[in-house]
Amino acid sequence: MTVVRISDDAAALACGANAVAAAFAKAGCTIERVSSWGMHWLEPLAEIDGPNGRMGFGPLTPDDVASVLAGTSGKAIGTIAEHPFIARQQRFTFARAGKTRPLSLEDYAATGGWAGLKRARELGPEATIAEVTQSGLRGRGGAGFPAGIKWTTVAKAAGPVKYIVCNADEGDSATFADRMVMEGDPFMLIEGMAIAGHAVGACKGYIYVRSEYPHAIAKLNAAIALAVPHIAPFEVEVRVGAGAYVCGEETSLLNSLEGKRGEVRAKPPLPALEGLFGKPTVVNNVLTLAAVPWIMANGGAAYAEVGFGRSRGTMPIQLAGNVKHGGLFEVGFGVTLGELVNEIGGGTASGRPVRAVQVGGPLGAYHPPADFHLPFDYEAFAAADGLIGHAGLTVFDETADMSAQARFAMSFCAAESCGKCTPCRIGSTRGVELIDRIRARTGRQADKVETLPQMHNARKAPRTLGDEIELLEDLCETMKFGSLCALGGFTPYPVLSALKHWPEDFGMPAPSQEAAE
Amino acid sequence: MTDQDELDGILAAHAGREGALLPILHDVQAAFGHVSESAIRHIAQALNLTRAEVHGVVSFYHDFHEEPETRPVLKLCRAESCQARGVEALAAALPDNPRVKVETVYCLGLCSVGPAAMIGHEVHARLDAARLGALVESLA
Ligand SMILES: Cc1cc2nc3c(=O)[nH]c(=O)nc-3n(C[C@H](O)[C@H](O)[C@H](O)COP(=O)(O)O)c2cc1C
Ligand code: SF4
Ligand code: FES
Repeated sequence: MTVVRISDDAAALACGANAVAAAFAKAGCTIERVSSWGMHWLEPLAEIDGPNGRMGFGPLTPDDVASVLAGTSGKAIGTIAEHPFIARQQRFTFARAGKTRPLSLEDYAATGGWAGLKRARELGPEATIAEVTQSGLRGRGGAGFPAGIKWTTVAKAAGPVKYIVCNADEGDSATFADRMVMEGDPFMLIEGMAIAGHAVGACKGYIYVRSEYPHAIAKLNAAIALAVPHIAPFEVEVRVGAGAYVCGEETSLLNSLEGKRGEVRAKPPLPALEGLFGKPTVVNNVLTLAAVPWIMANGGAAYAEVGFGRSRGTMPIQLAGNVKHGGLFEVGFGVTLGELVNEIGGGTASGRPVRAVQVGGPLGAYHPPADFHLPFDYEAFAAADGLIGHAGLTVFDETADMSAQARFAMSFCAAESCGKCTPCRIGSTRGVELIDRIRARTGRQADKVETLPQMHNARKAPRTLGDEIELLEDLCETMKFGSLCALGGFTPYPVLSALKHWPEDFGMPAPSQEAAE
Repeated sequence: MTDQDELDGILAAHAGREGALLPILHDVQAAFGHVSESAIRHIAQALNLTRAEVHGVVSFYHDFHEEPETRPVLKLCRAESCQARGVEALAAALPDNPRVKVETVYCLGLCSVGPAAMIGHEVHARLDAARLGALVESLA
């Protein structure tokens, strides 16, 4: 009987994978639901055992099934593993993607599962942390803090009760790598958490998953139940977020886990010392923890061999937005932005020229094609007034209106602000109004309050467009330096980058050609 | 079973759990479609919190509602990647249907295949005006 492998990842489901699977089943095939390869433009993608080995076909509809089975389909893409999009990658974290059934312990063990945990137990906690430190692994949630240092702090903290908290709030637009790990390889994340628990002396782990990910929640719960004998005495529990973007910020997340409003806490105290319920806590992103089993199985040195500068190992980069070949591309740091967008992503899906690429989600900068030489590396992006964040790329074609994108950044911040500090809570709302006036090109008369005689220092003269732009830059400075966390503090990145690179969208003269070079 | 019994059942199921408030509110929201004033009172009592504390949590999170929503809900993603793939034009052209609530959400993790939407736990991608319109109609 013909075996057909089709993903049951949410992206595949959203593209109609269930109907395609049902059509293959009706035609008498045996269906295996596997994780996704991450070539999303080809979903639903089917892999079929044939006389010449395993062949891929996509994107399929139920109507394609007959021709696929007859060998006449025009949607054949050859051997999936040899597809240029896959062959160019270095898959450490996504080594099993597309190949295994997410909830099969058998598949997991047969592909090296649990080897990292076994070795960590043999080495003992200290040597485990040393291995993670040697790997150079930095937090994949955005800030890039070295995982080994965080683990050391928690390991050294006193007290019998400690926690491992996995940050699976993945709220950034353009990111889905966490979701793909949770849905496609949940045992790997659980193993990573168990290793972390073993290393720092924690017995309990929580995975805080956003409520927008019901498929990931279901897979994790099923996987945790199956994994109990492998990770005991360590325990893992899933907790579901409630639709607040700011709960991805680690201290807000801890408050939320404790059953409180997701307000950001001031640091210090560091969560590593006083985290969940005041106990020492490791908070790590899904991808950080998911990288650990590979590191423990293959050694920290092997991981550190790959990478660029101080960014070691691989990064699961997510290509999204108006891009021809959208999906997951895991590769060593150092690949350039231009390679990612043009060569790997194939340019825009619309076929129009690229205008802007937002890197790092809603708090990340908009980059013009003039930035395409930038290597994917924490420090290089910081030097170019940007950030790599959770490594999501949103590609925009030439129809993008960059002042509208700047306005969106401010309105998103206003909608999601936790309300704790003024520059973020009020500044973002003022920012929306200000950008609206800039977009309307009206300028502004002094308002009622400003013209009151007792308002000695208020400006009485009308404001020009140039004055308003200056005010916007001022507001961004205030938000940048006066906000407690990166929601208010980094919203200026998308706003100021849009203003800097596309001033013509704000009614200002376009930058001259030399200035853009 | 009365609402009161059901609420007591939810509270009993979470008794002794650390940080139980969010899981309780999720269950209450799922069972009743909203978290009512009287539910807030009972939850506060059971967890030894003030009503203001529970109310503060309910009002903080987008997922919890104090008023019931009787219409079916379609969650439409309007975050950056879906914007880049044209969701704003779709949203602007979508005919108003008073029997369906179209709710804006920011990102469903389907950013490479947007515009994307979710109905209950069912996900939809590569939406165009016709498919989005048909989804809304299917709920009405
Ligand atoms: C507004 C805001 C949202 C964030 N969202 C996430 C998120 O969704 N996932 C995540 O892992 N980190 C997020 N972070 C970063 C976390 O605060 C924290 O740095 C991270 O979880 C630490 O784990 P890591 O060291 O493994 O990256 C966010 C930060 C801010 C300020
Ligand atoms: S910057 Fe915004 S989200 Fe962050 S603590 Fe201040 S108000 Fe809260
Ligand atoms: S931006 Fe729409 S699904 Fe992520």
